[in-house]
Amino acid sequence: MEYVLIIIAAVFISNIVLNQFLGVCPFIGVSSKVETAIGMTGAVTFVMVIATLVTYLIFHSVLVPLDITYMRTITFILVIASLVQLVEIILKKISPPLYQALGIFLPLITTNCAVLGVAVLAIQKDFNLLESTVFAIGNAIGFGLALITFSGIREQLDLMNVPARMKGVPIAFIVAGLMALAFMGFAGIV
Amino acid sequence: MNQWKNFSKGFIKENAVFVLFLGLCPTLGVTTSAINGLGMGLATTFVLVMSNLVVSLVKNMIPDKVRIPAFIVIIATFVTVVELVMKGYVPVLFDALGLFIPLIVVNCVVLGRAEAFASKNTVWSSLVDGTGMGFGFTMALTVLGAVREILGSGAFFGMKMISGDAMLLFILPPGAFIALGYLIVLANMIKEKNT
Repeated sequence: MEYVLIIIAAVFISNIVLNQFLGVCPFIGVSSKVETAIGMTGAVTFVMVIATLVTYLIFHSVLVPLDITYMRTITFILVIASLVQLVEIILKKISPPLYQALGIFLPLITTNCAVLGVAVLAIQKDFNLLESTVFAIGNAIGFGLALITFSGIREQLDLMNVPARMKGVPIAFIVAGLMALAFMGFAGIV
Repeated sequence: MNQWKNFSKGFIKENAVFVLFLGLCPTLGVTTSAINGLGMGLATTFVLVMSNLVVSLVKNMIPDKVRIPAFIVIIATFVTVVELVMKGYVPVLFDALGLFIPLIVVNCVVLGRAEAFASKNTVWSSLVDGTGMGFGFTMALTVLGAVREILGSGAFFGMKMISGDAMLLFILPPGAFIALGYLIVLANMIKEKNT
């Protein structure tokens, strides 16, 4: 039950993009087509879950015993960067079609603050290993939900008659605002 | 390149937030008040200037293949410095900015300038570029913070201007998106007029 609550909270109540403002760059950058949004979601889910798992283990088995927790930021970003590289190499070898689909998004993920953000949040919230993993999965679902819904709206938006100056990114931001407003309706259900 | 042009391009023409849409997470996340926006902007500027400086100094020593990880380590070092300094001297601001301080490390503005500018230019131009870009970023955050603070809590830099409630929506997450959307329109209009 506890794990279900973590997922619901991460997906709806404190949605990583619309409430926590993490991963806004890809949210705006790759949301003009539903297909690319799905690809990005796949890549982020993959990296986010593995990264949270690995950083959790490193934090609690290396940084805490050695009392160098101030090295957290440097260690985590290095772990994530090398993980992304590793995933890229493995995917290229094992599943070329999947690599084709996710390939261009993978390098972008290193600078996706959602990945580092979730890893740091899981440490800050004092989750255990299983809770951290569930938390990462929940946030990945939340990211996917927001991104894919948003890209669907943006595809429709291209056909609409929008004032010239608001075309593209400005109107996208306002739509995102309205989506965030809708997501606020979930507040208090847990 | 003309150094003044190099310095001032970050204000409007290549403004990181309003025109290039980089570094959006801290932009939206911390700007519930003008002072938070200013603090975040200055912290990012420090990291930007220092990492530009170091990257341009060591650019010939780093093999091309590992340059991105090397840049990230340089940036993360300065982020850790900022983290420790802010924790020690401005704990209130540190708490308000929270998670977004360690996240400066993944701010695309910082890595973007290191990769696109500092790794190809001289030390002096990189310093000027970093300062100008940081200034533009700080300005964007402060303006957005001020707009949200005025509309959302009826105050300016913490000074209360109206009594009673304002439009609370602008302090909440949806208001961040909406306010930034309109500010981008405004920035585009200024840009059009100047060119």
